[in-house]
Amino acid sequence: MTPASEPATVTSLPIGSDADLAWVRHQVRQFAAELGFGLVQQTKIVTAASELARNTLVHGGGGQAQIHPLHHGPARGLRLLFTDTGPGIRDVELAMTDGYTTGGGLGLGLSGAKRLVDELSVETEPGQGTVVTVVAWVTRAPAVRPGLG
Amino acid sequence: MTLPPPVPGNPVAVPVLALGNILLVTLQGDLHDGMAEQLQQDITDRIAHSAADGVVIDVSGVDIVDSFLGRVIAEIAAGVRLMAARTVLCGMRPAVAITLVELGLTLPGLETALDAARALELIARDPAAVAPDTPEGGT
Ligand SMILES: Nc1ncnc2c1ncn2[C@@H]1O[C@H](COP(=O)(O)OP(=O)(O)OP(=O)(O)O)[C@@H](O)[C@H]1O
Ligand SMILES: [Mg+2]
Repeated sequence: MTPASEPATVTSLPIGSDADLAWVRHQVRQFAAELGFGLVQQTKIVTAASELARNTLVHGGGGQAQIHPLHHGPARGLRLLFTDTGPGIRDVELAMTDGYTTGGGLGLGLSGAKRLVDELSVETEPGQGTVVTVVAWVTRAPAVRPGLG
Repeated sequence: MTLPPPVPGNPVAVPVLALGNILLVTLQGDLHDGMAEQLQQDITDRIAHSAADGVVIDVSGVDIVDSFLGRVIAEIAAGVRLMAARTVLCGMRPAVAITLVELGLTLPGLETALDAARALELIARDPAAVAPDTPEGGT
């Protein structure tokens, strides 16, 4: 992983309850809006963040989210880290499969979140914990086609 | 001890309004997981007691639906159907719909309408019609 930005302010948020999940969604939304993400992209990033933060809470036993705004030349983006010290993921590839769950969910969290952002990576060690990192960049193309919905 | 952060949306119970034989549920803001689960219980209880024909879930005020909330909505609809009533989801914002599809959650078998008025009309016109179970049933 390459640090893609000059050091910007990093915001750390605890993930310990479902109220914390709502707060993470709110903060990610604020950062995304400020950085210039369009409405559809904002919705995608916030949804991905919600999935990953919930995994941190439910599977990882709690942890934290970090929000890094990225300024790379004219490009604007957001890197989000979800960190826990839980049981880790034994088989990441399997966990990334649509429909795979160990917890009675739909198994769409990880695989779905990956589709909603530009990059998603998982660092995990059984017994040590899990860090899921996602990156999304502001696209300049018009994001909403009129006539949808 | 620090106070919990102020959370946007309404951290109070979701109102369930009875309009004749239809229950109108208006989701708004950011729904906590616990509230979503409470809602599921409230709706099935209300149907059992009021013999309602249908439930309209208005999500026009909701700015994200993730797999958790999506699953709760699907389970509400499944429970309602088992109690011989219909569920119509309405008002989904375009950005939310686009995101849900990409997430992989298409809520098959769930009836939808553009807005609450049309959803109510749909049920009022034909209360007995229960949505088909086929994934290709609705668009
Ligand atoms: N932070 C984590 N720590 C440990 N295991 C994890 C973590 N995140 C994901 N997993 C594992 O990966 C599996 C797949 O995760 P995913 O989010 O895709 O599905 P889910 O959480 O089970 O269900 P859903 O998110 O659809 O409700 C989980 O069931 C769990 O076993
Ligand atoms: Mg999950």
